[in-house]
Amino acid sequence: MSGTRTGSMAWRLILWELLSGMAITLRYFFKPKATINYPYEKGPLGPRFKGEHALRRYPNGEERCIACKLCEAICPAYAITIEAEPRDDGSRRTTRYDIDMTKCIYCGLCEEACPVDAIVEGPNFEFAAETREELMYNKEKLIANGDRWEAEIAKRLELDAPYR
Amino acid sequence: MVKLVVDSIEIEVAPGTSVLQACELAGKEIPRFCYHDKLSVAGNCRMCLVELEKSPKPIASCAFPVGEGMIVRTDTPMVRQARRGVMEFLLINHPLDCPICDQGGECDLQDQSFAYGMDHSRYSENKRAVTDKYLGPLVKTIMTRCIQCTRCIRFATEIAGVSELGATGRGESMEIGTYVERALTSELSGNLIDICPVGALTSAPYAFVARSWELAKTDSIDVLEALGTPIRIDTRGPEVLRILPRADDDLNEEWMADKGRFSFDGLKRRRLDRPWVRRDGKLVAATWQDAFGAIAARLRGVDGARIGAVAGDLCDAESMVALKDLLAALGSQNLDCRQDGARLDASRRDFYVFNAGVAGIEEADALLIIGSNPRHESPVLNARIRKRYLAGRFPIGVVGPGAALTYPASFLGDAPSVLTSLHDGSHDFATMLQEAAKPMILLGQGAVARADGAAVLAAAWRLADAVGALKPDWHGFNMLHTAAARVGALDLGFVPGSDGLDLDRMMGGGVDVLWLLGADEFDTGRIGADTFVVYQGHHGDRGAARADVILPGAAYTEKDGTYVNTEGRVQRAWRATFAPGEAREDWRIVRAFSDVIGQTLPYDDIGAVRARLEHVNPVFARVGLKRFGAGDRGGPQGDPAALSADPFVAAIGDYYQTNPISRASLTMAECSRTYAAPRALAAE
Repeated sequence: MSGTRTGSMAWRLILWELLSGMAITLRYFFKPKATINYPYEKGPLGPRFKGEHALRRYPNGEERCIACKLCEAICPAYAITIEAEPRDDGSRRTTRYDIDMTKCIYCGLCEEACPVDAIVEGPNFEFAAETREELMYNKEKLIANGDRWEAEIAKRLELDAPYR
Repeated sequence: MVKLVVDSIEIEVAPGTSVLQACELAGKEIPRFCYHDKLSVAGNCRMCLVELEKSPKPIASCAFPVGEGMIVRTDTPMVRQARRGVMEFLLINHPLDCPICDQGGECDLQDQSFAYGMDHSRYSENKRAVTDKYLGPLVKTIMTRCIQCTRCIRFATEIAGVSELGATGRGESMEIGTYVERALTSELSGNLIDICPVGALTSAPYAFVARSWELAKTDSIDVLEALGTPIRIDTRGPEVLRILPRADDDLNEEWMADKGRFSFDGLKRRRLDRPWVRRDGKLVAATWQDAFGAIAARLRGVDGARIGAVAGDLCDAESMVALKDLLAALGSQNLDCRQDGARLDASRRDFYVFNAGVAGIEEADALLIIGSNPRHESPVLNARIRKRYLAGRFPIGVVGPGAALTYPASFLGDAPSVLTSLHDGSHDFATMLQEAAKPMILLGQGAVARADGAAVLAAAWRLADAVGALKPDWHGFNMLHTAAARVGALDLGFVPGSDGLDLDRMMGGGVDVLWLLGADEFDTGRIGADTFVVYQGHHGDRGAARADVILPGAAYTEKDGTYVNTEGRVQRAWRATFAPGEAREDWRIVRAFSDVIGQTLPYDDIGAVRARLEHVNPVFARVGLKRFGAGDRGGPQGDPAALSADPFVAAIGDYYQTNPISRASLTMAECSRTYAAPRALAAE
């Protein structure tokens, strides 16, 4: 009985738990790292990732949005405000297209509702700002986003197209 | 009565009813595009197909009269397939531009293709395109969307009475148009927008402004003319975006005049949004306290007999009763609401209302129009006269300015003496009136707004009595007003008291202080130079230009109000938006001012004001209209023999510019240019 006790003491003095923990550490030390060096490195994004909004244009430079207000109607957070009037050439255009990014819940319903693929949620998620005001997006900002991200947005839509 | 069975529901309907109407009575919804219950039946859209037992093919229910023992089925595989087929054909040439179409969200084609159509299209060929037509500044056309239901053609021809719309070409090349490029000359053209089941005819001022689902809807009354068309005001936030008629078969059926429908952009322009006080000859922006102080200071020591008030054409009854009570408290009986100088007799109600009612026009069998152009004074009432004319055997005579009406009328002359010859039977038309069982005399404001107006009124009454228009079951003496506030004001007794001054005698220094409640329709140059003018109203128009103190009030869309139309129908309007800036509801302004001068009026909320209205005149107790026959045949004051030789002139010059709201409206200015200019060019 006492011999068993001595053996148990010796076993404890070896600190086996510590050794097994150290072994895991050692194993991971030689494995490839899971963390990435953000912002210099970034993880992969799916083509349906819902990031910052953008208003797109047609390849000829004409803005796509026709002010149908379906995105405004479907928005569950009431984040979108649109005003419209006829443009000089008689076409239906927005005079105001505002998204309150602080209200937006990034559900993507605006994108689903859009009949002309004008409003999209792009791949950009790095639009944190220091003030609330910077998150009140207007049409100018959204169109500029569209121009900046068009190549990637077009690619994402193309990748997602077979599933729609 | 005919008995038939609709989807195993047995119903009885009058003979001559169409199967579609019978199905509606049985509670079954039948889709339709060309059928409209106020227009003739065309039967060309084929959407209303239903199955009739023992009939080898489906029938167009709108054009098929009911028969005894019919068995109709509205929801069978055959009917559903027929509807899908019709819908597919209609959609062949209809563009898929619902997202940019103003009809989107309230479109019959959209709704019915959703409910009865197929879920996809089998059509891959090119769609046709049609050039847009010009129908004037109010109606925007996108003719590619047209499905050729011909409702617009039938409306223009039958209701508006202008045969200017028609179809050219056949089959796929059929196009709706005006043959030659010109604006539609109708005061009812806005209704084309309502009856068009698709987005081919839409409202030009409302183009791309809003979608139907984002609008808040408020019931109100059109106060820009005296008919008091029930309307629905569509607003978004603080802005009125459009005005649509509500249907009332006793009054407007489904129609509405263009002025009331399109003037609302005037509500945003030239508004008085803060009080102003004239100092050293110039109007200076002020606070309410300053403005009330200025009036109170001027009123101090002024005898009640030297204070007067004039009520304008757009006032609600609440503000008028408050002002009347205020003047009574100040000891004044100098009240007037008849800015045009109409010699109306307020002593009995049937002297100044449209006694037979608008629906009564359909019962009449002869009509004499005196000094009125109903087409301009009330286009919707005019449409009712045309409806009666189309029903047949309806002689119409006109005494007064010869105007282009929408029905044939015999022009009897424009001098008041015609009334005398009609009375003594020497005129040919007198026999027409005599022979009629329910003759109708329509007296316009052009006949009474003149020096011998009282004589004309008395002569017209005498004529009505002589031709048998005043019977216990029929009151054929009818006054057509041009101002929505007029009947309400007369009901309240907003006329000079026993020793009070009327408008004419208040001019030229007849009073020291003159309170104008939205009164802009008289020549303010006649006001005496030393008269202190208080203008309470919503637009910077003639009255405000002359005012020494301006109190900003609310327009009809911005206050709860009671109005009485030309028939004497009491109507309620609800507030759709708030008045701009510091402007307030009018009765509240008067009530607040009464407090400043220590003559506090005894009401604090609208309910108390309405109780006061009811106390002043019991007619205000009940919203709606009760028609009476003629009880007392004793005529109004005035000597029928004192008629002058001056011809009658029209009460309204320019239909599109009759009040501060329509004068401030760009749409109305555009209409005025469009419809006045071509005639000027032709005259050159």
